[in-house]
Amino acid sequence: MTEPLLSLRGVSRAFGGLRAVQDVSLDVAPGTLTALIGPNGAGKTTLFALMSGFLRPDSGSVRFDGRDVTGLAPHLAARAGMTRTFQIVQPFAAQTVRENIAVGAHLHEARRAAALAAATEVAERVGLGGQLDRPAGDLTVAGRKRLELARALATRPKLLLLDEVLAGLNPQEIADMIPVVRGIAAGGVTVLMIEHVMQAVMNLAGHVWVLAQGRLIAQGAPAQVTADPAVIEAYLGHGTAARLRAAVPGGAPAAADAPGAAS
Amino acid sequence: MRDAAAILAFALAVLGLAFTTDSGVALTFLTMTLYAALLAQAWNVLGGFGGQFSFGHALFFGTGAYVQAIAQLTFGLNAWLALALAVAAAAMVGALVGALTFRYGLRGSYFALVTLAFAEVFRILAVSVDFTGGGVGLMVPLRESAANMQFGSRRGYLMLALGFVVVALALTAWLRHSRFGARLQAVRDNEDAARAVGVDPFGIKLGAIVLSGGLMGAGGAFYVQVFQYIDPGIAFGPATSVEALVAAIVGGMGTLWGPVLGALVLHVLAETTRNLFGQLPGLNMVIYGTVLVLIVTFLPRGLSGAGRSVRDVFGKRTAASASTTGIAPGRRDD
Repeated sequence: MTEPLLSLRGVSRAFGGLRAVQDVSLDVAPGTLTALIGPNGAGKTTLFALMSGFLRPDSGSVRFDGRDVTGLAPHLAARAGMTRTFQIVQPFAAQTVRENIAVGAHLHEARRAAALAAATEVAERVGLGGQLDRPAGDLTVAGRKRLELARALATRPKLLLLDEVLAGLNPQEIADMIPVVRGIAAGGVTVLMIEHVMQAVMNLAGHVWVLAQGRLIAQGAPAQVTADPAVIEAYLGHGTAARLRAAVPGGAPAAADAPGAAS
Repeated sequence: MRDAAAILAFALAVLGLAFTTDSGVALTFLTMTLYAALLAQAWNVLGGFGGQFSFGHALFFGTGAYVQAIAQLTFGLNAWLALALAVAAAAMVGALVGALTFRYGLRGSYFALVTLAFAEVFRILAVSVDFTGGGVGLMVPLRESAANMQFGSRRGYLMLALGFVVVALALTAWLRHSRFGARLQAVRDNEDAARAVGVDPFGIKLGAIVLSGGLMGAGGAFYVQVFQYIDPGIAFGPATSVEALVAAIVGGMGTLWGPVLGALVLHVLAETTRNLFGQLPGLNMVIYGTVLVLIVTFLPRGLSGAGRSVRDVFGKRTAASASTTGIAPGRRDD
């Protein structure tokens, strides 16, 4: 097996009495497209923040690309090749789409003209090519999600951490976005996504981790994970897995839909 | 390139004005407007482009002014050399204040209050220690010659002020077209998003306060050369801090020409009210204040952004109807 690109060992973080992330260990292999799912409040975004340096773990370690990055400042994590996006989009609202993306491109490109050119190119890849000169604040929700993605992509990351890039989009917009994400992964970028839209997880991810109440409760292929009784109970409540199994002989199809319905 | 051409055109226009009039009033007015534009542009580098609102820019102004005076008086240095030291010292004070405040993530009103406090501390120190001449202040003897940066004609000071403003404008133009400037504006607009894409907010803000402080220090040095006198109240008092930030805000923060426009408008306004209502003490300040309130209330982008502010107000109805139709199809970005 190849060395993992990202490797978490026993990572924990508490906020006062709330243990948001407890003893999480996982390995992300290079060149994969994987997903982190779990009910609301499970600690997914906190885990992203711990990986990317926005939060420091209370205990445990984070290794990225062969070096220890535990508690490394976010901008240094980004320089090392790990860039995150935000669930609540964070555009530089006063600046144009091109200028927004150029800030990401400047990570490896000191010259302004080259960064702006790189921004144009990345915008084309995520379908923002027609809006380069609009202020970021004027974009629709779908446009802002693409911008968030584009700005992160412009840093030429090895690992892209996507925090719910599909949340808040309508079914058509989701269908439009899925090929974009797949294209990024096909281009050689390792992608780890937090996602509630099960259609997308089933469609995109090769491997899924399930987080509930700060702990990893399951992992595996998407179909396998969504059939796992522990996962179903995490989403729908204690005892539901048994009731679902009783109602639907075979269990798996209903279970596969369940997390999507819960979101 | 367009910015460079505009700055050149501006410099030529000012020179043209300066050499077509011999009126002392006009030349003094131009000089003091340029001086105000320099202070406003200095504030704009940190406040407008960096979003860090300082209420104590007099700190850098005063540092520059005192170094300019002391270097000549105590150490007998040439005025031009003193200017270099004044700018460097003000930039260093900027680095010090920046390191202390940005290290602890002070933002918004906290940063404003700390800068105000630093300026006050320096003012009190300047009163208390000997080498600043205490409360009496320092007087630089008059030795008119270009080598001493003292000019027999008002035109000389005007050209000096113009030189400073051109440097400040060039620096601002660079902010608009460089990686450092892009990162500075990114930090201003959203610090977390900037960090996520590899921007170090601490280093960027530190760079901005150093540049801003250096320019402000040049303003202090200029003041000493023009008035040949400095005391703690002039150097570190709040008046200069307020003058710098008001002109930048009125003209338009984060723009190239806003601070220059703001300085011009405020000086025209101050002169006009003083001439019209000078006999009624205080009335000129009332009118000046009222106009300021009106500008800040109705033109939130400042005078240079007035066109857009007006369009926003009158375009509200069309914009509202556009957004309701925009939600339904939801595919406008394809």
